[in-house]
Amino acid sequence: MNAVEFIISGMLAAATPFLLAALGELVVERAGVLNLGVEGLMALGAVLAFIVVYHGGGHLLGFVAAGLGSAVLSLVFAVLALGFRANQVATGLAIGILGQGLSALFGKSYESLTVKGLPKLAFPGLSEIPVVGRLFVQDVVVWLSLAVTFAIWAMFAYTRAGLVVRAIGENPKAAHAIGYPVIAIRVAAVAFGGMMAGFAGAYAAAVYTPLWADGMIAGRGWIAIALVVFGTWLAARIFLGACLFGAVSLMSLAAQATGLDLPSQLLSSLPYLVTIVVLGVISADRRLLRLNGVASLGEPFER
Amino acid sequence: MSVWAAPFLPALVRREHASLVAAMLAPAVALGMAIILNLGLYVLIGRDPAAVLYAMLLEPFLSWASFAEVLLKAGPLLLIAQGLAIGFRAKVFNIGAEGQFILGAIFASAIPVWFPQATGQWIWPLMLLLGALGGALWASITAFWRVRLNANEILVSLMLSLVATQVLNYLLLGPWKDPAGFNFPQSVMFQNDAMVPTLIAGTRVNVSLLITLALSLVAWVFMQRSFMGYKLKVGGLAPRAAGYAGFSEGRAIWLSLLIGGLAAGLAGAAEVAGPLGQLQRSISTGYGYAAIIVAYLGGLHPVGIIFSALFMAVLYIGGDNAMVSANLPIAAVRVFQGSLLLAYLGAVAFVRYRIEWRRLHHLSQP
Repeated sequence: MNAVEFIISGMLAAATPFLLAALGELVVERAGVLNLGVEGLMALGAVLAFIVVYHGGGHLLGFVAAGLGSAVLSLVFAVLALGFRANQVATGLAIGILGQGLSALFGKSYESLTVKGLPKLAFPGLSEIPVVGRLFVQDVVVWLSLAVTFAIWAMFAYTRAGLVVRAIGENPKAAHAIGYPVIAIRVAAVAFGGMMAGFAGAYAAAVYTPLWADGMIAGRGWIAIALVVFGTWLAARIFLGACLFGAVSLMSLAAQATGLDLPSQLLSSLPYLVTIVVLGVISADRRLLRLNGVASLGEPFER
Repeated sequence: MSVWAAPFLPALVRREHASLVAAMLAPAVALGMAIILNLGLYVLIGRDPAAVLYAMLLEPFLSWASFAEVLLKAGPLLLIAQGLAIGFRAKVFNIGAEGQFILGAIFASAIPVWFPQATGQWIWPLMLLLGALGGALWASITAFWRVRLNANEILVSLMLSLVATQVLNYLLLGPWKDPAGFNFPQSVMFQNDAMVPTLIAGTRVNVSLLITLALSLVAWVFMQRSFMGYKLKVGGLAPRAAGYAGFSEGRAIWLSLLIGGLAAGLAGAAEVAGPLGQLQRSISTGYGYAAIIVAYLGGLHPVGIIFSALFMAVLYIGGDNAMVSANLPIAAVRVFQGSLLLAYLGAVAFVRYRIEWRRLHHLSQP
């Protein structure tokens, strides 16, 4: 398998943790809330899923545990940031630190253990195309996350529910005046974001790299938050951004394998450097950010 | 339906004046809540809560030797947090102090690594200066990205921290590796003149603690008494008003990030030129992230931060004790830190708000 085939076949799976977490954060931010705890929520989800799968609970139960656990932790964020109107940046950071701490604590006795990943399912017909056909051989979670991407895109583009969430992010006072329960919908959005971050962590630890190591999320939660900006709060662009990051993380692996004479540390920092560069390029276009940005992002709502 | 059937529900009502009593009580209440929560967790994972509590919060005070270690640990936390708090008050969220700390340590190490034979009492002061410069340079990337390219400083500064870790690894596994170090990823041991002089004989507490305390005083004067500090605070509280008054947002961001970077870089330099005496992979045990908690727990106030840095240092040393005596995983310290900050953020809400119990039917009529 050459490098191009390697990247084509692995890109979607590598993109999935970024994609799931970023889609969750997209819904949270669309509702006007900034939750910076994604890294910790992913870490908690990762360890919960790993433990369940390791003890023979199966991947489905692992994902359920991860989704529930991270949703509960994100509700702590919701209570403080939305109920008590605490500073969202500080609260998100605290959730991140707590989540990472809990994952290290629970994962202590599972260090370096492995589990089995998931089988790949081929998309009939398309998977037989030479070279790009490998793109259509993926595990079930990848296929499902594509469906979720489509569903979230459709929700914001075409449904009343999507419109309500956007209204609450744009102008919570007006949404409240029309009679929408601003806080309740924001809490629901935060819980959804937590669940998605939990799934993202579960995929990373129990499917993609089915091995437990402390700190294995390695900044992917932060990149997911950056992806929401890259995607200018649009699900389809977030998907493209996630693919880019999937490809970049595989490129650093491929370059190492081909014995390219570059320090491995440079290759390991590639995803972070790309994040910094792309963030600069996208943010410099202020018109683009204003067009799709969320007007009341991070501001507490008071009646 | 009778009115009595409607349940009472709590609602937060903004106070006309922020409550000073609540502001003073909040950290204590938060600490109490965090202790209760974490003791519950220790029971859950099958540890003796009394033994953990004793090892974590009392033992660090019981001997001079261990309290000296607390002071040693408090130094970098205090220094970094003072720098970060200035930015946080201006609503510039530099969360990349970890990377700025690492770059400070790297810059400071350049002298003893490149000139291992050099002698003279000028070496360690120059190392501290270089460290501060390194931290500020690393932070200036974030400032440039924020001011010129409008990129979010939270994300950029964090990504730069992850890159800094890789830069450190590269140096220690490559060009700066000690050739006589049995392949361990660490630099040569520094010569005597590259070490900050010890302050208290028999301990590792060194002169950098005095520098840190002096800089805390500078931070206090800057934030509470200077016009520049006032401008920063106004910029954070009311950016529009600050804009109309001619306070430049760009300058506030540059200033906040450079101060944060200088402080973190200096702390990194003091760590390699102090207790460590060489550049290692584990130069930071998450000081840059813990300092964020220290800054908030101290109410973003220079005096409050002194107390919160001391407390956080107790938690670190106590966590090490509990790891040995109560078999508690060291990750429990991170859990304690996170839950303490969360409890504080909840408690501090009562400085600005009071609880009013209202009947449900009142709530339904806005």
